[in-house]
Amino acid sequence: MIQAAAARIKKNYLNEKIGLLSWLLTTDHKRIAILYTFSITVFFFLGGFFALMMRLELLSPRNWLVSAGTYNKLFTMHGIIMVWFFLIPSIPSTLGNFLIPMMVGAKDVAFPKLNLVSWYIFMLGGCVTVYALFRGGVDTGWTFYTPFSTSYSTTYVVAAAVGIFIAGFSTILTALNFIATIHRMRAPGLTWFRLPMFIWSMYANSVVLVLNTPVLAITLLMIAVERIAKVGIFDPTLGGDPVLFQHMFWFYSHPAVYTMVLPAMAVISEIVPAFSRKPLFGYKAVAFSSIGIAVLGFLVWGHHMFVAGESTYSALVFSFLSYCVAVPSAIKVFNWTATIHRGSVSWDTPMLYAIGFIGLFTIGGVTGLFLAALGLDVHVHDTYFVIAHFHYIMVGGAVMAFLGGVHYWWPKISGKMYPEGLARLSALIVFLGFNLTFFPQFILGYLGMPRRYAAYPEEFQMLHVLSTAGATILGVGYVLPLCYLIWAWQYGKEAGPNPWRATGLEWKSSSPPPTHNFEVTPVVTAKQPYDYEAMKEELQLV
Amino acid sequence: MSELATLACREQFATPEQQRETATIGMWAFLATEIMMFGGLFTAYTVYRMSHPQGFEAGSADMNILLGSINTAILLTSSLMLAFAEHSAQAGNQRLLSFFLIATIVIGLVFLGIKFTEYYQHFQEHKAPGLWFEDSSPHASSIQMFFVFYFIMTGLHAVHMTVGLGILLVLLFRTFLGTFTAHYHTPIMFGGLYWHFVDIVWIFLYAIFYLPGLHK
Amino acid sequence: MITNFRLLPQSASSVAGQVDLLFMLLLIVCAAVSIGIAIFLIYSAVRYRRKSENELGSQNRYNIPVEVTWTVVPFIFFIAVFVWGAKLYFEIKRPPDNAITMYVVGKQWMWKIQHPGGQREIDELHIPVNRPVKLIMTSEDVIHDFFVPAFRTKQDVLPDRYTTTWFEATKPGKYHLFCSQYCGTKHSGMIGWVYAMSSTDYQRWLTQGAPEGSLASTGEKYFHQFGCANCHHFGNQGRCPDLRNLYMRPVLLTTGRTIAADDSYIREKLRDPDAQIPWGFSSGVMPNFTGVVSEEQIVALISYIKALGPQPGTQEPSSSGAVPAEYGTQKGIGGPGATSNAGSQVEER
Repeated sequence: MIQAAAARIKKNYLNEKIGLLSWLLTTDHKRIAILYTFSITVFFFLGGFFALMMRLELLSPRNWLVSAGTYNKLFTMHGIIMVWFFLIPSIPSTLGNFLIPMMVGAKDVAFPKLNLVSWYIFMLGGCVTVYALFRGGVDTGWTFYTPFSTSYSTTYVVAAAVGIFIAGFSTILTALNFIATIHRMRAPGLTWFRLPMFIWSMYANSVVLVLNTPVLAITLLMIAVERIAKVGIFDPTLGGDPVLFQHMFWFYSHPAVYTMVLPAMAVISEIVPAFSRKPLFGYKAVAFSSIGIAVLGFLVWGHHMFVAGESTYSALVFSFLSYCVAVPSAIKVFNWTATIHRGSVSWDTPMLYAIGFIGLFTIGGVTGLFLAALGLDVHVHDTYFVIAHFHYIMVGGAVMAFLGGVHYWWPKISGKMYPEGLARLSALIVFLGFNLTFFPQFILGYLGMPRRYAAYPEEFQMLHVLSTAGATILGVGYVLPLCYLIWAWQYGKEAGPNPWRATGLEWKSSSPPPTHNFEVTPVVTAKQPYDYEAMKEELQLV
Repeated sequence: MSELATLACREQFATPEQQRETATIGMWAFLATEIMMFGGLFTAYTVYRMSHPQGFEAGSADMNILLGSINTAILLTSSLMLAFAEHSAQAGNQRLLSFFLIATIVIGLVFLGIKFTEYYQHFQEHKAPGLWFEDSSPHASSIQMFFVFYFIMTGLHAVHMTVGLGILLVLLFRTFLGTFTAHYHTPIMFGGLYWHFVDIVWIFLYAIFYLPGLHK
Repeated sequence: MITNFRLLPQSASSVAGQVDLLFMLLLIVCAAVSIGIAIFLIYSAVRYRRKSENELGSQNRYNIPVEVTWTVVPFIFFIAVFVWGAKLYFEIKRPPDNAITMYVVGKQWMWKIQHPGGQREIDELHIPVNRPVKLIMTSEDVIHDFFVPAFRTKQDVLPDRYTTTWFEATKPGKYHLFCSQYCGTKHSGMIGWVYAMSSTDYQRWLTQGAPEGSLASTGEKYFHQFGCANCHHFGNQGRCPDLRNLYMRPVLLTTGRTIAADDSYIREKLRDPDAQIPWGFSSGVMPNFTGVVSEEQIVALISYIKALGPQPGTQEPSSSGAVPAEYGTQKGIGGPGATSNAGSQVEER
């Protein structure tokens, strides 16, 4: 009791300065992480609202709720918001921002001012995109395929493209900050192979973002120029090549898929050892598989274009490389599973999310094998099979990991514990709701239901109804954590510095941490990461 | 000396050495981003040059090779001036440093002046793509495509030049304040890296826009 | 409320069975592996559930043989799937030589189909069963995609270029035709039906349509209407190439390259006459027909040139030696100065 009171008085990053201005002008990576958390939560529920509207519309084979045009805008805005304003920044900008400096034992990221500037750029990009939305939306699909986006769509394509263009700089600057931090800001003794896996994955992720985001920027710039000046860059009637757009777009967007899931893998690679009280199994294999994904991820973009008119031989190469990139992902799944085996497994909420993640990511991964098989892709391409596949990776994977990570580090971020029972219940709701939403879509896809259809033949209705039912459950599963986490911020039990008895450097600091993270810069002497053996005494484990 | 060194070190770093190394990594990562950005455009240019060979040659023949070559020489000179500036900074000679910085800025401005003269000429000759574009040759649409890439790529380059000039002005201002010494001149080095990068990009732009039409 | 609920799509083409076979095999293996992982995961989580607050797990960090195994074994399996998928892809992509060629023009938001016999359809495609059908497709505006789930075929339809797909229906019936590349407001309305018919029904359907003439003869009309015949009058090797015996033959270009005079090449000549000029001819002679001739008219013109093409039994054999099936539907096609090719028809109606 007295200790708790003492902790309350203790100066930390939250109470050292107060007032709105102290937040808006902060250069503290932890506060910037909170700013990002706030922003992406808003975007997540905005994108989720669009998704729910789409699912409701699809209850009936005919347009009953919204018109076809509105439906097209709904899925476009859902995609744009979720991809660029939630998934890509989600884990890096929030958990990454908060944890990377702490995990490497630094006082802050390498360039704190740049970090704050990134957030402002992100918000500016978000505002421009939301402006496009309120002016009437965009109906091109998040993929902006030409020549529809450049010459035929009458909606606010340029505004949306500019919004994404701006947000892209925020992504680049954050990634650049992380690269410099991880390279040069590590505490004494913290060599590469002593780093937690979170850092490895985030590093691979940042490298990908630095290299692929500018390509998207330039592609969107060309779209904007083509629309504004009415010249031909991608429009074939003016001498352009619409397939070149697809190449450039997917050169960005396929690695972008990995930038959504690599951070998720980073989180899972922390949760699984912590809640099994066991070192991550096959540390080096997992570390190099992250690098492998980052490198190979740049070489497989053509698998989005097997039926788009690319040559049979390039399709062969891209298919082969896609199978190669599946190997490192498989390695990770096996290693996480092996880590849990013979551990001391707790069933706390983060672990439930992690186990859910492994299951769903496995399904998402193996269905990728179907899509990479050339002859099979011809049938399932651009159907609900693809939708289900990437939602298993993005929602079943990335969002589950995000929620798991938020629960895992919430005691560190806020200094408070959340209500465990309620949290476990909502993890279960999310898992069940998710599967009910997206599993029927695999069947729909193989049956031949094309994506982006506002209306559809009657025989698909039953599966669509199931999917919509799942979506409402999933919605509840997402609102619950929002409520109890906010509640816990104020009323939760004091967490103490290391409630899970985990090994990372971040847990050596108090909760919430002081402004410069550590009272004294930590010196790492343990030869290996996750060294429970060496920390037995400290963590009071037997 | 150590006092000076601590002064130049921000709170998140342990030593000025660490600060300099960290900034270097950041700078190179940033240049990697820039390379990918221009790389996307170069790729698109290459694809269209292959599919519209005559149009691109004809478009290139409309370029003012004289102004382009002068501009290349000018930009290379500016890089040389900046290299001298970096050298002066290392030597701790503030007067020479500010002199060479001013020289770089002036030469950079001359480059932009010539570039905009060229743009103006293109507008006058109705070569600017879009509504103003006029061409009666059978390759009109390919020529327009050439000019689309010409304007986007050299325009983006000019934007980079402008940003570079802004950076140099800030560096000049800080030189007047006496910020840079023989021990602390990392910003000058980074300004130099950026400027040289922009310079190298121009050499490629010169090669792909001015030279293809030469043999006509 | 719910009719024809099913878990697997109809299977009605020569490749559908093979696609389903690969799908089912992959499904069984992947389901087995996924369920295996799930069972192991749950088993581990239950069996090794933390019993006391201070418990520590095993501190085992790696096991190289096991790790190598689970890297190599999946990789070998992946390669096997890759090879199988690729083999199937080649089959789906490569039309047989004896396929009937039909032309598809997609536009927002309808499918326009032209048969070699001159029949035209919108959002409907009638085909005979047990005969391969090849579709040469293009779009008038944005990218569309021709998708028939029951046939397991799908191909993007691009503006300003031809893409092809083919299928051989095996069961008579009525099958969904979808546009599966998002193409604008009424994308979900760009649907239709494919009717696969027995050959007698198909013949009846062909005659019912009573078109004015075959596609090639329509093309001949356009050939005169657009003034093509003024220069390309056969027999006179002037400033324009002779179009007889041109189709699918190699053409030597001024650049020294050789290109096959296929549908795409002929189409490109109309859209950009000065690109890829044949050896011995100069640019700037032929006018540009962009915006003058519609995609459907181009298709007819190509059919006409095709009908003037190398015929079996004439002096030079065609490169493929194939007998395009549609010759049987074209009677009396000839050009100014051309000899009648009626004698070269090979298939009886």
